[in-house]
Amino acid sequence: MSNQDSTSNEKENTEMKTAVTPSSLAGIAQSHTRNVENSQLLGMGLEARGIHAWFGSKHVLSDITLDFAAGTVTSLIGPSGCGKSTFLRTLNRMHEFIPTAAMAGSVLLDGKDIYESGTDVTKIRLKVGMVFQKPNPFPSMTIGENVLSGIKLAQLKVKNHEEILEECLERAGLWSEVKDRLNDHAGALSGGQQQRLCIARSLAVRPEVLLMDEPCSALDPGSTYRIEETISQLSKTMSIIIVTHNMQQAARVSDYAAFFLSDGGPGQMIETAPTSELFSRPRDKRTEDYVTGRFG
Amino acid sequence: MSTETLIPKPSRPWLATPKERFVTLQNFLLSVVSSYLIVLVTPMKGKLPLFFMFFFSLIILSFITQYRAKGKAAAQDSILTVVSVLAMSIAVVPIISIVGTIIARGYQGLHWSMFTQDMSQATVNDPIGTGGILHAILGTTIMVSIALIISLPIALLTALYLTEIKGRLSAPIRFLVQAMSGVPSIVAGLFILSSIVYPITQSYSGLMGSLALAILMIPTVARTAEEVLLLIPNDLREAGLALGATQWRTVAMVVVPAVKSGLITAVILGVARIIGETAPVLLVSGGGDATNLNPLEGPMGSIPYYVWKSFLLGGTEESSHRTWAGLLILLIWVLLLFGVARLISARAGKR
Repeated sequence: MSNQDSTSNEKENTEMKTAVTPSSLAGIAQSHTRNVENSQLLGMGLEARGIHAWFGSKHVLSDITLDFAAGTVTSLIGPSGCGKSTFLRTLNRMHEFIPTAAMAGSVLLDGKDIYESGTDVTKIRLKVGMVFQKPNPFPSMTIGENVLSGIKLAQLKVKNHEEILEECLERAGLWSEVKDRLNDHAGALSGGQQQRLCIARSLAVRPEVLLMDEPCSALDPGSTYRIEETISQLSKTMSIIIVTHNMQQAARVSDYAAFFLSDGGPGQMIETAPTSELFSRPRDKRTEDYVTGRFG
Repeated sequence: MSTETLIPKPSRPWLATPKERFVTLQNFLLSVVSSYLIVLVTPMKGKLPLFFMFFFSLIILSFITQYRAKGKAAAQDSILTVVSVLAMSIAVVPIISIVGTIIARGYQGLHWSMFTQDMSQATVNDPIGTGGILHAILGTTIMVSIALIISLPIALLTALYLTEIKGRLSAPIRFLVQAMSGVPSIVAGLFILSSIVYPITQSYSGLMGSLALAILMIPTVARTAEEVLLLIPNDLREAGLALGATQWRTVAMVVVPAVKSGLITAVILGVARIIGETAPVLLVSGGGDATNLNPLEGPMGSIPYYVWKSFLLGGTEESSHRTWAGLLILLIWVLLLFGVARLISARAGKR
């Protein structure tokens, strides 16, 4: 393994790798590194333990063990079809909606397995929210109704709807754009605004963890920038796990990164590290190849 | 230099030029003339050969002109255009003819007393001013309404079972529903007759008619509702579930509201399917001639029954007028219903 090399060698290695890695990625990630120690106050976070996943007899994900500390942003990167999204969906039990799906392993939320029998799935999904790849606001509802839809759907007993509405839209970075047209149809918003509306919608039920499945892949750079800003804002109060194909984005927004890869068989996690490290000193050759754009 | 840019005049270069439009008109007129000549010269006589010869000439002429103007591909394209227009005419002509005939003949049988009187004191051969269709309008309305109330929840829940719950029985039930929608209406009538009227109630009533109509309506509504529900992207369901909602809440608050206008269409199609049904109503509702507002007791008339009776028992000019007037009223009823449905679904869709 490369990290067992002699010190001088490693230094050389590092320099070389820094040279081949696009300096921008490592640079971006380093400048982003922030203090995450005191965020432990938020709770114990989410821990995936030996997750396997199948669709029918096809083994798509093998033995993923990964911790998501509370108050951090973790990006899952890797080529298409390596099981990132599947892994993400096992974390809030959305995986089970695919008819042929099966899984093994456990996911601990605040130390408790969410797959334990007798668990109220709806409570899990309240704590672990999700933003999808394609903006999917509810077409039959207005902008305001969309934001508050989670409260009504989950039948939460909350009084101060007005405050929540403003707070969530504010946190999603959408308030100033829609405050005068909360009663408009959600379909009237642009794609980027719709995606931020979906983020606001998932915030209204006060999740501890937010899963984002390529939230910016359908958006223009401007909207992407707004959503990345939103992610940085949100990460102060919750943990965020984001699947992305955009290396720059992973470098910009995440504290930790995990690289997934499938070599024809089930997807595996090749390595995980603080984002700046993963981009500047990848331990595995395959990670290096991917983040430098040599394949994938 | 002026900072103002010169704005060109908006144009639509993709539209047909006057010359092209002239060629189209020329082809049309030439086809009319040539089809007339062909019918005149050959032994074929009548309107039908004229109709087909017209399209035949039109195909050849438009092929030639398009070939010369734009080439082979455009010429082939023009053949398909003419054939489509031909198929459309074949489909539309009978419909227009039916509606036209009903309006032209039914109009003569209309009389104000029709809407205030029933046939309890009159026979079908009496003058138009005597007797009316009130009992039939009320009977049809009552029976269709009850059938709607019975079948709507069953059909909607069946559709939801097929699209949302997707249980083990989905495949056989989907097959059954599809097979059921092809059941001849008289079978539905006979089923109610043999399973309820003869063994249990032993009397005709409007409710029995409603039950028979409900049997016909359920598969139509269920199938249409299923088609509509399948159009909802799965993303939307997942969005609801990911917000911590139960499946039931997601369906009730997200899925069904999103297809409201489609579900209204499903209901209207169901009503349109049954409103003109004669056989089941004839068999089990007794076909009364007097106004009867109680669906639980006594025979109840309906518009199709009125038409059927006027046609069968008549033979005079009056009964013929009655038959056509009944058809006209039924037609107006259906059209009104469709109009209201379009209005509602347009309003629901706007939101």
